[in-house]
Amino acid sequence: MTTDVRPRTRVPLRNAVTHTAVITKRNVLRFIRIPQLLLFSTVQPVMFLLLFNFVFGGAITTGTPAGSDQYINWLMPGILVQSAAFGATATALGLTEDLGAGVIDRFRSLPIARSAVLAGRTLADLVRNTFVFSLMLVVGYLMGWRFEQGFWKMAVGFGVALLFGYSFSWVMAAIGLAVKTPEAAQAAGFLPIFPLVFASSIFVPTSSMPDWLQTFAEFQPITVVANTVRSLMIPEEALGFLGLDQGTLILQSLAWIAAIIAVFAPLSVRQYKRAVG
Amino acid sequence: MNAVETHNIVKTFGDIRALDGVSIQFEEGIVYGLLGPNGAGKTTLIRVLTTLLKPDSGSASVVGVDLIADPVGVRRKVGLAGQFAAVDEYQTGRENVEMVGRLYNLSKAEARSRADDVLERIRLADDADRQVKTYSGGMRRKLDLAASMVGRPEVLFLDEPTTGIDPASRIDLWDLIAEMVEGGTTLLLTTQYLEEADRLADRIGVIDHGKLIAEGTSDELKATLGGDVVEIHVHDDDRALAVECLTRIAGEEPTAQGASLSIPAPDGSRTLTAVVRELDSAAIEPRDIALRKPTLNDVFLTLTGHKAENKDRPVSAASRRRGRN
Repeated sequence: MTTDVRPRTRVPLRNAVTHTAVITKRNVLRFIRIPQLLLFSTVQPVMFLLLFNFVFGGAITTGTPAGSDQYINWLMPGILVQSAAFGATATALGLTEDLGAGVIDRFRSLPIARSAVLAGRTLADLVRNTFVFSLMLVVGYLMGWRFEQGFWKMAVGFGVALLFGYSFSWVMAAIGLAVKTPEAAQAAGFLPIFPLVFASSIFVPTSSMPDWLQTFAEFQPITVVANTVRSLMIPEEALGFLGLDQGTLILQSLAWIAAIIAVFAPLSVRQYKRAVG
Repeated sequence: MNAVETHNIVKTFGDIRALDGVSIQFEEGIVYGLLGPNGAGKTTLIRVLTTLLKPDSGSASVVGVDLIADPVGVRRKVGLAGQFAAVDEYQTGRENVEMVGRLYNLSKAEARSRADDVLERIRLADDADRQVKTYSGGMRRKLDLAASMVGRPEVLFLDEPTTGIDPASRIDLWDLIAEMVEGGTTLLLTTQYLEEADRLADRIGVIDHGKLIAEGTSDELKATLGGDVVEIHVHDDDRALAVECLTRIAGEEPTAQGASLSIPAPDGSRTLTAVVRELDSAAIEPRDIALRKPTLNDVFLTLTGHKAENKDRPVSAASRRRGRN
């Protein structure tokens, strides 16, 4: 038996960056070449925006000060965060499809960083989310939503929502690699999403919820992120209503985003190493 | 240096011992054919050797690089074309090959020129700029092969390269593989077809139930088998008499398989003629008579006394899904 005395070969960081870029490009090409994928991932958030605004909007009073109480002002930042969370399920779907098609096997047999395939997937989903968000911006604007604190703060709000979506993609990557089939990924992916999205401040202020639920709703990441995005878009006189100031909210959001990535990225990479495609 | 060297590799899935102590070794520059039915452990062995699966026990190295100690080092040396063409439907053929080239750390220009070169060699150049979703099954296999070659691996693993494709494409692929081999590529290929192993491999290992049950050159294996066989089908009434005739010629009882009887045909068509004469003088009119090449079944009958069992033993849910496609 030949004994190998050479040190374990590692993938240099510079190469890992190229690998990630190559795989991101491959995934983005898929969105461009399968127009249905992009169409349906765009239609859904726009539909939610229209439905919630026109069906429930008239009946919901958020309690924000007069003059800033149009429901679209409350809803728009929330729907952005919801879309980011829903959109993350595409990460789980994409990975399970690649597993099933043997593409993951091919990648795993290549001398590339184990994280490159997952980073390429999540980054491509970030690109897609950015596209979806810019369309929602147009639709929201047509529905009467305005950048009350100016363009740049609105842009920061978009950025926070996108980053949150990116962190959630890692959660979905771990789920997708655990369940392995697209059907199961679809079902399992929405399991954590529904309670997080609905028991949050996305659609209504948490103050109307029963105490026990309110406690959960106020501390969970989606409320924090939705309120952060909101604090960057609603009229300044309504800011006090959110309870925390903008800076604190942004810090809390970034902390959640960092924590989610710190837990789920290594977990996903571990699952990926084990995934028997 | 040995291209591949394994010692007592064991891999189990639940109660199933997919690999039950496999030791093989072969040198660089040859084609090693791993022959066996479905579920024999061929794919599992390839997955172990390409670092996709960790063995439960045993050791292995590929061109001197230890599989367990340095998996990334192994991946630098190997190329894999799996049982299911792992190509991207929505990229063009060229984009697929270039992408894999880039993942082997080639520069854009280098990946481009090697992709051109490989696609030319594999005779896909004319279709290189079409999306793969328009490709036939045979074209996908070829493209998969092209992708596995673009990194110029030292050892190439082909898992059942021609299973499930039409006969014309199969011959086409055989030619391509033969050409690659002339270029000095070391190859491990698995197959369920004796003919394929015979045609392409310098050395053949026969695997069954996760164990290597025979190994040798194609000629050595054929010597064990006695090469071609004469197979006859007769009416049930004539069967006993036919067995006598065949025994006289072969000097041993014929092998019965269902309604057919067969004997080794060391002298090829002369044995066939002898059988025809003998049957004729016994006034037996066979329903069918043929001189044919030994099949995987004959190999298994000779080596193990049982027929090759095709067992579906999928590695995972994902490969089951692929199998349906």
